[in-house]
Amino acid sequence: MKRRPLKRQSPWMRHALLITGAVIVGIMSLAAVFAPWIAPFDPNLINVDALLLSPSTLHPMGTDALGRDVFSRILFGGRVSLWVGFVAVGIATSIGLVLGLVAGYFGRFVDEIIMRGVDIMLCFPSFFLILAVIAFLEPSLTNIMIVIGLTGWMGVARLVRAETLTIRERDYVLAARAAGAGPMRIIFRHILPNAISPVLVSATLGVAGAILTESSLSFLGLGVQPPDASWGNILMEGKEVLGIAWWLSVFPGLAILFTVLGYNLLGESLRDWLDPRLKQ
Amino acid sequence: MGQILKRIVIKLLWVGVVFLGITVISFWVIHLAPGSPTDLQTTLNPDAGVEARAQLEKLYGLDQPLHVQYASWIKRLVQLDFGQSMSGDHRPVWDKIKERLPLTFGMNVASMVLTLLIAVPIGVAAAWWRGGTFDKISTVVVFIGFAMPGFWLALLLMLWLGIQWPILPISGLTSLGYDNMSPFQQMWDVTKHLILPVFIYTSGSWAGMSRFMRSSMLEVLRQDYIMTARAKGLSSYTVLFKHALRNALMPVITILGLSVPGLIGGSVIIESIFALPGLGQLFYQAVMSRDYPLIMGSLVLGAVLTLLGNLLADVGYGLADPRIRIGQGRER
Repeated sequence: MKRRPLKRQSPWMRHALLITGAVIVGIMSLAAVFAPWIAPFDPNLINVDALLLSPSTLHPMGTDALGRDVFSRILFGGRVSLWVGFVAVGIATSIGLVLGLVAGYFGRFVDEIIMRGVDIMLCFPSFFLILAVIAFLEPSLTNIMIVIGLTGWMGVARLVRAETLTIRERDYVLAARAAGAGPMRIIFRHILPNAISPVLVSATLGVAGAILTESSLSFLGLGVQPPDASWGNILMEGKEVLGIAWWLSVFPGLAILFTVLGYNLLGESLRDWLDPRLKQ
Repeated sequence: MGQILKRIVIKLLWVGVVFLGITVISFWVIHLAPGSPTDLQTTLNPDAGVEARAQLEKLYGLDQPLHVQYASWIKRLVQLDFGQSMSGDHRPVWDKIKERLPLTFGMNVASMVLTLLIAVPIGVAAAWWRGGTFDKISTVVVFIGFAMPGFWLALLLMLWLGIQWPILPISGLTSLGYDNMSPFQQMWDVTKHLILPVFIYTSGSWAGMSRFMRSSMLEVLRQDYIMTARAKGLSSYTVLFKHALRNALMPVITILGLSVPGLIGGSVIIESIFALPGLGQLFYQAVMSRDYPLIMGSLVLGAVLTLLGNLLADVGYGLADPRIRIGQGRER
């Protein structure tokens, strides 16, 4: 597949966005993966002699109301965010991919049923539903990942279906069919690889969305449960001591902001790069 | 004309089907989840044994099969009866929702207006000077705006404007001496309490909206009639505001309809941060106490608002672009 050159307008800007996004995502991922080695303290270590200390060289981001090191907690919270982002998006993308391929390839009433299902799901006040389900099932990391995944596949399904509809008509698909390939082989060997680039873009943006949803839930107390750290629940604890310990509210939020920004930048740049047609 | 009518009827039928689908799934998910609303009342009361529990379940109809419960729920819903709250006061669900609706609805409308006021000029300017300095700077700002978690911004503003430099109240809807104030003072008091929440609502939507405005404007600026307008020597001002803006604005206004689910979701967090007695807070309390009728009532209301928003967006698209109205239809 021949790539068209990037748009003439401000190529430096596009590259700058791509590189910034990649660097942020890279740093945040490395920090999360190597958290146990980077963190100066055990994130759950309670220290009654170090309650609510402001940032210093020993505790670069201060300590919380139980004397735990905020920097270490943020590093470990990063693992939660990364994990939630990838698993939830993995679930959503797999569902969306399969349903989109099936709907687009088989068409007719299969398509009709699947796409109407998508319409119904899109009309859900999804955050309400997520909230209710999580609260009922006991808040836990697994439940959050599953519920975010199960409510986030509709966009992928639509994208993949649209791609499949056009790819289905290509000559090489016709050739494969003429050579006797069955529908499964055609879908997974011939259509899927050619429909994957918009999925990659939406998955990257989806990670950002999942991280935001998880941190909102944790902030409401319905996410990752203490003592385990997540950016959202550090903020929840920070809210209680907002007036006396600003560092508890500032640093986890910055972590969320940067991570989400990184994935968004990466996703948007990938979109431009992989498929100029998709650009708005 | 007949064709348009047919499309409208099909559309409305479809809205009905979607609505039923949403209620079925919600009802099913909520009632099948482990635990029961009677837990709270029985476990808190040591005297309540198995019998009391069974009695309560019978009272609420929870002992019946799920499809029977759903049938009786939907039968009452058709008569606009949402049932009674299961927790504490046992008041009708609709009364509880009704008294909280104006606050949440008002904040959402205010933030939509504010969003348009911020996003439209930014989008137009970015599109007009495409690739220029303003476009570049606004792109960066928009990306940051996208990534900003609303509840975090709320905390920062509370810290800054509420605590370090206390000029705005950060919690609740009214101040302490509210009852003794004159009507004008009361109005000002409530307004002051709502400035931060409305600002936070807006922070969640202006970035996307300005991006959408920009691409809509770029699309319009590419059209032949803009070139014609320029070719016949009209001033940039006339081209921009008389020809382009009017056409670019319509899809943007209609997309507001599609932002309803996001706003509903956001209300839970924002009202919880600022301790505002709105729908989001009501829903949160309902979830926490497993108040099935209240949860279902809120979900239904959310679904109705979402569907209305979608419908308005569809109608808006039709009005904005006759090509859709005439019936070749959009690719769904």
